[in-house]
Amino acid sequence: MNYTVFFRRIRESRLFWVLTAWAVILGFNALFIPEFFRINIQDGHLYGNLIDVLNNGAPLMLVALGMTLVIATGGVDLSVGAVMAISAAMGAVLINPAPGDKLVSNEILTRNATNTPLAIIVLATLAAGTLCGLWNGLLVSRAKIQPLVATLILMVAGRGIAQLITNGQIITIYYTPYFWFGNGYILGLPVSIYIVTAVAIIAWVGVRKTPIGLFIEAVGINPKATYYSGISAKNVQLLAYTFSGFCSALAGLILSSYVHSADGNNNGLNYELDAILAVVMGGTMLSGGRFSLLASVLGAMVIWTFTLSMYTLGVPANALLAGRAVLVLLVILLYSDRRLVKRRSVRADTQPKSAVITPDENRDLPRP
Amino acid sequence: MADSQSLITVRGISKAFPGVVALERVDFTLRKGEIHALMGENGAGKSTLIKILTGVEQPDTGSIELEHTLIRIRSPQHAQQLGISTVYQEINLCTNISVAENIMLGHEPRRFGGIHWKKLNEMARQALLRLGIELDVTQPLGMYSIAIQQMVAITRALEIASAKVLILDEPTSSLDANETARLFAVMRALKQAGIGIVFVTHFLDQVYEIVDRVTILRNGSFVGSYDIADLPRVELVAKMLGRVVGELQALAQDKARGERQPDERRLIEAAGLGLSGMLEPLDLAINVGEVLGIAGLLGSGRSELASLLFGLTSPDSGTLLIDGQSVTRFSPQESIKRGVALCPEDRKAEGIVGDLSIRENIILGLQGRYGWFKFINRQKQDEIAEKYIKLLGIRTPSPDQLVKNLSGGNQQKVILARWLVTQPRLLILDEPTRGIDVGAKAEIQKLVLELVKDGMSIVFISSELEEVVRISDRIVVLRDRAKVADYDHAVSDRTLIQTMAGEA
Amino acid sequence: MTQRLKLSVMRHGPLLTTITIFLMAYIIGAQLYPAMQRPQAFFNLFINNGFLLIIGIGMTFVILTGGIDLSVGGVLALTTAASAALLKIGFSAAFVIPLMLVMGTAIGLGLGSIIHFFKVQPFIVTLMGLFFARGLAYIISLTSVTITDPFYKYLALTPIYMPFFEKAYIYIPTLVGPLLLLVAIYLAYFTRFGRIMYALGNNEQSAGLMGFPVGRTKIMVYGFNGFCSALAGIVFSISLLAGYGQFATGVELDVIAAVVMGGTLLTGGVGSVIGTLFGILIEGTIISILQYNGTLSSWWTRICVGALTLIFIGIQSGFARRKKEL
Repeated sequence: MNYTVFFRRIRESRLFWVLTAWAVILGFNALFIPEFFRINIQDGHLYGNLIDVLNNGAPLMLVALGMTLVIATGGVDLSVGAVMAISAAMGAVLINPAPGDKLVSNEILTRNATNTPLAIIVLATLAAGTLCGLWNGLLVSRAKIQPLVATLILMVAGRGIAQLITNGQIITIYYTPYFWFGNGYILGLPVSIYIVTAVAIIAWVGVRKTPIGLFIEAVGINPKATYYSGISAKNVQLLAYTFSGFCSALAGLILSSYVHSADGNNNGLNYELDAILAVVMGGTMLSGGRFSLLASVLGAMVIWTFTLSMYTLGVPANALLAGRAVLVLLVILLYSDRRLVKRRSVRADTQPKSAVITPDENRDLPRP
Repeated sequence: MADSQSLITVRGISKAFPGVVALERVDFTLRKGEIHALMGENGAGKSTLIKILTGVEQPDTGSIELEHTLIRIRSPQHAQQLGISTVYQEINLCTNISVAENIMLGHEPRRFGGIHWKKLNEMARQALLRLGIELDVTQPLGMYSIAIQQMVAITRALEIASAKVLILDEPTSSLDANETARLFAVMRALKQAGIGIVFVTHFLDQVYEIVDRVTILRNGSFVGSYDIADLPRVELVAKMLGRVVGELQALAQDKARGERQPDERRLIEAAGLGLSGMLEPLDLAINVGEVLGIAGLLGSGRSELASLLFGLTSPDSGTLLIDGQSVTRFSPQESIKRGVALCPEDRKAEGIVGDLSIRENIILGLQGRYGWFKFINRQKQDEIAEKYIKLLGIRTPSPDQLVKNLSGGNQQKVILARWLVTQPRLLILDEPTRGIDVGAKAEIQKLVLELVKDGMSIVFISSELEEVVRISDRIVVLRDRAKVADYDHAVSDRTLIQTMAGEA
Repeated sequence: MTQRLKLSVMRHGPLLTTITIFLMAYIIGAQLYPAMQRPQAFFNLFINNGFLLIIGIGMTFVILTGGIDLSVGGVLALTTAASAALLKIGFSAAFVIPLMLVMGTAIGLGLGSIIHFFKVQPFIVTLMGLFFARGLAYIISLTSVTITDPFYKYLALTPIYMPFFEKAYIYIPTLVGPLLLLVAIYLAYFTRFGRIMYALGNNEQSAGLMGFPVGRTKIMVYGFNGFCSALAGIVFSISLLAGYGQFATGVELDVIAAVVMGGTLLTGGVGSVIGTLFGILIEGTIISILQYNGTLSSWWTRICVGALTLIFIGIQSGFARRKKEL
């Protein structure tokens, strides 16, 4: 066995850094907050911080799945948080148990009842988010607006739309079957874990057992050569953004179910950065190209392990923002450290195009 | 060469990049008040020499003297300070700020701690007037044509850097005749003022119109410097292509193509196909199982023809028939459906998808044709990849190697494989053998001939005349973006070179 | 001559559109709600949106270089929280205000340096800056801190009556935005720094080859934006007499929208701070109309801002296309 090759392969694996980060955090916890690992069983359900990582992290994992595909095409989706708020608002409004023409009293509103069948609520919620994704996709692929700007528009307007749907109210949900998505258990494990697993498997099959994954990566790496190979980037982008919208919608559903409320201003707040962070930790370059869905999910898990560990240590939730920012900085520096090594090649590539470099001159250098 | 008139003297400059020797012991002298053409095909080392003169690259060996003082050019900024300025084909100015700013910014006059706009505009106007150009300098540069932008770039070089040496890198390639004449007037004025001009161009007519001396490079080596008056056109072209006239004749005798009678069936028929500014309307016919060679110097319209045939650009005149059917929508996707494939000239930017594996690169074309729903499964992918790696002799430890880690020749073979998998009927090869080693070149030529035997038609574009003559059934010659001749394979090299040089 | 006029209209088209839309919006508002006809309603636009104008100016500079800065809201909130906390433990305003400005500038310079030296996309670096600054603000205090400093109170509560207009007034901090605008115009049009900023946004590589200090200019622009954010934070804390990490959430989007509405291209190189002023006035007018209406709710502002941003991007690409054809 050639050890250097072995280790290089490990280091180059997309899972390496994210697993290392996880191991470091868990190692820290093992030393300083051993109670983090305690898992209790109550009524046949598992409870404990590790289970919470999975359950609380589920929405982020979903968003990260969608974000992975978008980033792999060379774009970015900043609207994920707003889309989560829209889908949560959609669900909460449809649940509203007040029958159409009768006098609405507080007693009716807080009843454990619904005006709309649960199946339709779920479908409408998902449809709303998917439509948002489709809109982003159309702006990027057809109207040729830069992804950053296109999704920024929905990021601004989306929270307004969410408030429009709920009429500016923070709607508390009392309909218990709806809570199942965020709080239910199947065979001792939270329902949300099953949802994430299902979506991840479907997404994985969807991209790896069809040509779509290849197309996404090719578009992200070299759009020109991909076009020359007869593959249109348009539909690939459209699909990625639509899928991201769908994932955000599902995340919004789970989140609102978990917190029993829909709040246009705060549902899915800051999920954009967390999702981007999860994807980048998962080894997908922000410039697009190679991606790993599993690594992004693990990235989301690392973020939540970190968050919950800090909670356990008594760090207030809001102050954690700064900690996560430092984490982003570290990840950025980690990845650009590799670039620093290749700094000269980057510079060589910024020379004017007219000064043609013969193709072989720098064939061993990676794209900047 | 103890030339008292010399501005720049370059002696024995060599430069190697990983795997390639770009320049080998090149000498070059630029005198005061002369226009000196630097000529050679792609890969000859012109760009590397210019990069060394402008401080972008450092030479491995050799010396540079500026006005008899030994110098080291550290960076483009340093080159400017030394008085060596470059105007690139793609102009390096900012189109959103005014003409005056583009000329003066960096040395702008000030008043009350701010820019003195009135004076700045006046200074810029005067500077342009000295070159015989009058225009509204307050308008953004982008409002003006490329030609004017070039003049502005030259003016900046003279004003800011007080240039003694001016390098013009293909300045005329996007100019029309009037604009070129205007540029030449400026160049003559500068020459009178004692400035040395290095002029890179592919247009022979222009060389003979304005240049005093010419230096020819080929494959990184120095061929020679000549007074233009002593060098007939044919000699010039022959030197660039590295042929003694007459030698090609012998080669043509033992053509690799053998005695093959091409099919009479028409595959492609173009009538008056053209795109203004890129390619003059031309007629072209390609039969089934035929190799059509395209000969022409760089900038003659070779790649433009390829991109029209492949549908990368839409023509604005003429018709293109494939199999008797008229093409109405021009896009790579449509072309691929019709069985047309292109191996592009710029392998790195347009050909390979570097971060994908060989396997993925090979199946990309076929998968693109299949679309989203017909998936080539992993097993099939491996089969295809293995087959073509063996068939084309791609040297790699495994099909899962990233393409960016392969050598140029092997990358070219991967792109070839990508198209062969789709079994195209017309394969357009734009400089398929550029920058790859001799062995791989021969393999690719051999492959082309085998493909033709199986009934594929091939358009073979190459700046290596030997190759074109060797394998083509017919040869179309392009010059100055227009078709000038259509020869059969028995054409003599002398005729060919004369046609390319424009002396036929 | 007509050609020249046409060129000039094309060049200033987006700006003229913005001014026209502002005037139209204001006139329609004034027709619907006579209260908006009072001069004070106009001055209120400046009083209420002063901090937006300040950030908008900095943001315009950043966007002109082809970058983007999402950290402005965070730096603003951090400034309010930090200054409130410092004032509370007894530091004087004369010490706190300069300190805050230095802090904002330093954060901006830091972010700019990361962007330049590590070649990371601006949006991700500044998004990190946003979280970092807000997080710090929460570390300083998890709740809103009121400011009781007499100087701040004096600034907040002393109206300046406007000449020529009866009973129309503004406050001292309201003047900061317009004054900064003058400084910004001077910087953008009368200094080498400003012109290089424009050149940089058009073509960074060309600007480098023309011998301009690309990196330094870029970092300075982010530093300037950090300064503006801190300044906006001071103005903000004066007007609310409080400091809190949750102040001005989402303000970065409002500001970017205003910059875009002002005719600045998000790809860089084209635009002006004057345009941004009108972009902000449009936003302010929409908010005023919604307030005067009373039945239309606040969230319509966000939807309108989003829609207007989209429309303006459309207008811009329309102008860009027409320009090419000319």
